[in-house]
Amino acid sequence: MSTTTESPSSRQATHPGERIAEWTDGRLGLYKLAKSNLRKIFPDHWSFMLGEVCLYSFVILILTGVYLTLFFHPSMNEVVYHGPYAPLQGVRMSDAYASTMHISFEVRGGLLVRQIHHWAALIFIAGMIVHMMRVFFTGGFRKPREINWLFGWTLLFLGMFTGFTGYSLPDDLLSGTGVRFMEGAILSTPLVGTYLSMFLFGGEFPGHDFVSRFYSVHILLLPGLMAGLLTAHLILIFYHKHTQFPGAGKTEKNVVGTPLLPIYTAKAGGFFFLVFGVISAIAAMVTVNPIWTMGPYRPDQVSTGAQPDWYMGFSEGLIRVMPGWEIRLWGHTLVLGVFIPLMIFPLVLLAIAVYPFIESWVTGDKREHHILDRPRNRPVRTGFGVAWLTLYFVLLVGGGNDIWATHFHLSINAITWFVRIGFFVLPVLTYWITKRICLGLQRRDRDKVLHGRETGIIKRLPHGEFIEVHEPLSQQQLHVLTAHAQPAPIELGPAVDENGVARKTNPVEKLQARMSRNFYGEHSQIPKPTAEEYEEVLAGHGHHEEITSGSGSH
Amino acid sequence: MSDEFGSHKDVSENLPSAHGAHSGDAVQHDPFANPGLPPHEYRRQDIDEKAAKHSERVVAGLFTLSMLGTIAFIACFVIFPVDKIVYIFPFGHVSALNFSLGLTLAVALLGIGVGAVHWARTLMSDEEIVDERHRADADDELRENIRQQWITGARESGFGRRKLIRTTMYGAMALVPLAGVVLLRDLGPLPEDKLFHTLWAKGKVLINSNTNKPLRPEDVVVGSLTFAQPEGLQESDEDFQQQIAKAALMIVRLKPEDIKDKREAQWGHEGIVAFSKICTHVGCPISLYEQQTHHVLCPCHQSTFDLSDGARVIFGPAGHPLPQLRISVNGDGNLVALGDFAVPVGPAFWERS
Ligand code: HEM
Ligand code: FES
Repeated sequence: MSTTTESPSSRQATHPGERIAEWTDGRLGLYKLAKSNLRKIFPDHWSFMLGEVCLYSFVILILTGVYLTLFFHPSMNEVVYHGPYAPLQGVRMSDAYASTMHISFEVRGGLLVRQIHHWAALIFIAGMIVHMMRVFFTGGFRKPREINWLFGWTLLFLGMFTGFTGYSLPDDLLSGTGVRFMEGAILSTPLVGTYLSMFLFGGEFPGHDFVSRFYSVHILLLPGLMAGLLTAHLILIFYHKHTQFPGAGKTEKNVVGTPLLPIYTAKAGGFFFLVFGVISAIAAMVTVNPIWTMGPYRPDQVSTGAQPDWYMGFSEGLIRVMPGWEIRLWGHTLVLGVFIPLMIFPLVLLAIAVYPFIESWVTGDKREHHILDRPRNRPVRTGFGVAWLTLYFVLLVGGGNDIWATHFHLSINAITWFVRIGFFVLPVLTYWITKRICLGLQRRDRDKVLHGRETGIIKRLPHGEFIEVHEPLSQQQLHVLTAHAQPAPIELGPAVDENGVARKTNPVEKLQARMSRNFYGEHSQIPKPTAEEYEEVLAGHGHHEEITSGSGSH
Repeated sequence: MSDEFGSHKDVSENLPSAHGAHSGDAVQHDPFANPGLPPHEYRRQDIDEKAAKHSERVVAGLFTLSMLGTIAFIACFVIFPVDKIVYIFPFGHVSALNFSLGLTLAVALLGIGVGAVHWARTLMSDEEIVDERHRADADDELRENIRQQWITGARESGFGRRKLIRTTMYGAMALVPLAGVVLLRDLGPLPEDKLFHTLWAKGKVLINSNTNKPLRPEDVVVGSLTFAQPEGLQESDEDFQQQIAKAALMIVRLKPEDIKDKREAQWGHEGIVAFSKICTHVGCPISLYEQQTHHVLCPCHQSTFDLSDGARVIFGPAGHPLPQLRISVNGDGNLVALGDFAVPVGPAFWERS
């Protein structure tokens, strides 16, 4: 065989797979793409799988969703039920509801696919929130990944609406009540509320159009947008390469892990099947959204204990605890009791979306970051994250106030007031507590570095003193506990310049300096041990031993 | 090897101006220096061919289990009728088909999943590899190059010079989306006064929603909540849902002396009063009545209205009372409306005064 070097194609491809690859390469430049990607390095950490859970549940949603479209009729035409489910015999319902009944009771495996679709939606959105908070607490959103943070956040935002439009499709009594809730909220919009409602529903609520309109939004518009964003999200992850936690051999300039082919492919590919398998098992065992027990939607009927899917629960909480303010002026009504919650709903979500930009402005940090933070080393950020989650969960509690009341025999009034006060107080409280805990953990890290790890073994010294034996940390541990930077807060600069002339500081600069002090001031970080301190303690130990051994010369 | 990526200097170069950062001369003696990647530790499977063979058998076993799962799935699909209900502890009565299909599918999928992960963990090389990172931004030379290209392109277009073209182009681009906006006009009718009217009108008989019979005063007993709708409205009507969404009524009988609101008593008939069933918060139908207190509760967000006091809001997020319908009795002894509601029913909106 001649090992010629003139052109890459001179080597004869023998394996059919290789021949196909070669053919494609000649047209798409496949090999150049593979060059930097086939053995791409992926760092390993359990929390890096959270994003994968979202990706896989999205794929599952598409697979099962396409199946559902084969049987579902997105139509509000009235039909009379004559299917196998006896309690609804002869009942009038929309074709949408009837076809969902058909999927559930007559299509073999249809119920399973519906259940998988719904469970995957619940897990998809839960996964996105947990994944987002992982990125948040570890500072994974810092430069150069801010844009990917926004992509991810948008996916969460759209995911919530995809879920909402999805569970509204069967047109059952529960989901119809949710749609009515939405209509009431839209009506509260000043000036244009009634117009928006008429245009959305094609006339007066509920009309004949919303199921088919929601349908195109649910199966085409939103999933299309999300598929695009998701692809961009993944491309950026490849482009930036994954972040990594501090550790032996890991620096800001490298990425340490296992290659895409074969390890990561096998693990990630296997993980897809794991997620799918677990969701199938859940779908077999736990019924979600049994629309047959609720019956078809009628605007004059309602079931008690009506609850939206969990991810909409926090908007439910907002609307439940808000006092019913209405301002009537000049023949118009400003429905603040509904409109304010309608506005707070996106604002709560926006607060976390813009956080990376606020942090980078406050800290003046414009560098690239590829090593993740340990949450304790950024007490203010960690505190903010916990406060945000607290707000979210307080509202979630508020959204289920009737459930709490009946299950725990509490008064609705008490819960409502708890949520109202908690809305303002609890985030502040948890922020403060979290910051304390972080500082405590930093202090413990400092002690560990300087004095070693407590072993729990008590030793008695010759002169009778008891000491606990401390084991020195390994080099790797020493490094991990001290690898983080402790930036100084931004200083305002002197109030007078070199010539003694009073300098003008604008209020924005002042705010930045104040927030920066809050972030990196002495109340927000425990100075990590310096090399000198460490050497000193080491030397001190020697000293101590010398004394006990009696030589005393130093 | 550790020099390449392990030296602590690499890290500190990227660190912000830190106090207490270990930098400069101290590097050699830095007690916290990055020790570099630890030597790779071999697993049993890497050195012991027997252990490797065992892992191989486990993985193959899991893949085989998956195949059995799929076959079982197909078998269940064929065997179980779609309507067969079985009792399975602790799940209760479940569909045999759904239950068996879900679990067999789970086995088929988990077999592949667990197998692949086990394969990766025990048999594929787990040696960690180091790769370089590269900054996203361009160096000065490239930046300058791109700037020049841009300037050349912009100059050649004449965009900056020919103001007339620029302005008219902006104008054209700004206007053309209006075509799309206009196209949305027929999504729905204008609101006009649609939300101000319901089917109720003078003389319309109240029909009991449960029995579909005209409601007579003697049918309405103290302590019960009766639902009513206007005569002539049929479930089979084209616009039934829209009409019932506004016209649904809630009737109670109170002792006349219990009614605190004078107008409420006047608008009723011998203590029988009719209120809109549609909550004024965001429009759920109200369904719970507490006869001692005469309170009705909306199950959606717990707004509570006092039916003995003009249906005023006594708790919850609703912003105004439930509208009352004026009723009386006609010559046949049936309850009738004396007109439409005086105010719009349901949630508040901008045009409502
Ligand atoms: C991308 C994220 C998606 C989410 C979060 C989501 C969520 C949901 C939910 C919660 C339901 C209600 C299911 C029920 O209990 O009945 C639903 C219904 C439905 N979805 Fe999706 N879905 C998504 C994507 C898709 C896609 C891509 C398609 C089709 C291509 C699809 C097609 C359908 C259909 C036809 C229904 C109505 C049938 C039924 O309810 O059984 N979905 N969706
Ligand atoms: S709809 Fe009745 S309380 Fe909200």
